[in-house]
Amino acid sequence: MRNLPRWISPVSWIGLAILYIPLLAVGILSFNATRYGQQWGGFTTAWYAMMATNDAILAAAWNSLLVGVASTVIATVLGTLLALGLHRTPWPRWFRRGSDLAINLPVVTPDIILAIALVGAFAVLREWWAVFKPGLVTLIVAHATFQISFVTLVVSSRLATIGRDQVEAARDLYANTGQIWLRVLLPQLMPGIIAGALLAFTISLDDFVVSFFVSGPDATTLPLLIYASVRRGVTPEIHALSTIIVAGTMLAIIAVAWMQARRDAKPTE
Amino acid sequence: MIATPADGRPLDLSIAGVDKSFGPVHVLRGLSVGIPDGQFVTLLGPSGCGKTTLLRIVAGFEMPDRGDVTLGGNDLLRLPAHKRPVNTVFQSYALFPHLRVEDNVAFGLRSRRVAAAETARRVREAMDTMRITELARRYPHELSGGQRQRIALARALVNEPEVLLLDEPMSALDAKLRKEVQAELKRIQRQYQITFILVTHDQDEAIAVSDRILIMKDGRIEQDGSPEEVYERPVSRFVAEFMGSANVLTATCDGSDTAACGFAPLRLAAPAPWRQGHIAIRPEDIEVREIQPAVNGVRGTISERLFRGDHWELLVDVHGEHPMRVITEPDQVHSEGEEIWLELPPDDLLVLRD
Repeated sequence: MRNLPRWISPVSWIGLAILYIPLLAVGILSFNATRYGQQWGGFTTAWYAMMATNDAILAAAWNSLLVGVASTVIATVLGTLLALGLHRTPWPRWFRRGSDLAINLPVVTPDIILAIALVGAFAVLREWWAVFKPGLVTLIVAHATFQISFVTLVVSSRLATIGRDQVEAARDLYANTGQIWLRVLLPQLMPGIIAGALLAFTISLDDFVVSFFVSGPDATTLPLLIYASVRRGVTPEIHALSTIIVAGTMLAIIAVAWMQARRDAKPTE
Repeated sequence: MIATPADGRPLDLSIAGVDKSFGPVHVLRGLSVGIPDGQFVTLLGPSGCGKTTLLRIVAGFEMPDRGDVTLGGNDLLRLPAHKRPVNTVFQSYALFPHLRVEDNVAFGLRSRRVAAAETARRVREAMDTMRITELARRYPHELSGGQRQRIALARALVNEPEVLLLDEPMSALDAKLRKEVQAELKRIQRQYQITFILVTHDQDEAIAVSDRILIMKDGRIEQDGSPEEVYERPVSRFVAEFMGSANVLTATCDGSDTAACGFAPLRLAAPAPWRQGHIAIRPEDIEVREIQPAVNGVRGTISERLFRGDHWELLVDVHGEHPMRVITEPDQVHSEGEEIWLELPPDDLLVLRD
């Protein structure tokens, strides 16, 4: 790092500032006693208190939590199984390349494309099964759809660190297939699975575009609520809500980073 | 699980006609060998000779294309790896990074649901034997290579296998530690009295620890014998060159007990079985003489001399294909460029089969 040009450091600070000043502004405004406008009217936590008694906000928060947890559970199970199936089966090379692409593609697909595709898919499914009417179920399924890739990517990278010799050693030491899973593979994969799940949860919590298209009138999540409210003008309550969402997301990301760091400190053989 | 037969019949390992290919690569070619119970056998050979594949077939990680592997008369190939009374010390050690040392050692016993009290007792004993008791609560990543190797050994031995397989277990250790571990391995093998099969490409290691050495080349056994036999009496050019620093000479023989080898005719102890082939002689068997010896004298010039502490190593140019390597006593001082006579005693000239 020493032989980088001198201007790198200030420029990277500017980069960080561009990233965080808007968030910081929202955070500051959420404690501003002035109802309209940006003048500082003194420190208050009143907006947080008001938000906590606002039924619409509470209902949206509950929906977000429900959708986040349910979709994360589904995506974590399916994503982990997908990673295991891809890694532990001797697929031919072309299949491996193709599946790698298939898993990475949803990560870079624009949300709007995925949203339109899901709307179409749900419309078809609804013909046979009414449960796919716009609402919580479609939200959960839609979120799980884009979460699976993230879980699979995180679990795969963890899986790659567990050598074939580990499995052979376990087998050599009389472990049957079930014991190999329970005693060797899953304990070592757990940090990866939890990190993948946390990542998936934050993505669900923050999603707007896909949710906007697939949710129904009685299934509003927090980002949808914020969008609807902003059209009537940004209130300090929204700032408070946004601050809480950002803080929650950051905590989850820090937890993931912490788990990755712990994993790196404990290298495998 | 194969139990020790009630009549005390030893659990000899028999490998018969084993053939194995990986795609176009023919790794083992109809290899057969019998290993009596309790023998310390080393599979020695360069990389790609099939020694690790043979070990993995005995362990159960590979199936041969043809052939039989039996232990005490029971078909081993019918059993999956986790049901064979065989344990492996892996080249990488393959310790479980998420388990403490004691849990690594207990792994095999817990797989077989051995009672907790007995597991604890046997784990303690194995860790005592390997002198790793004080590491019980540590994790593998906190330990040195030598310590990890002891854990890998304890983890295998605690199961009291009928056969212990060691896949180049010392390749990751430095030279000094390697010497210590070799002595330790020998001690443990005597203590447990079970069959050890060691895979290595290091001939010094093979000579130091084994009762018997199988030298492998191209998926076959090139020579099978005690360390003394394979060192003193190599059967082929490959073994002579692989087992150390023997001088290998190209020669022709017309059926008499004299062979012609470019720089001089050499008297042999017995006629060679070929018209053209190779003869070997070890550097320590060549005598340096001031005057021409009665038989098999070769005139040469010392091109290089190296002091090795307990001996001198001379490279003597005899106008042959290669300079001769000669080992002399430390008090026999010669200088570079000096002309000397070498005596190649007929009894020490090894007629190789090829």
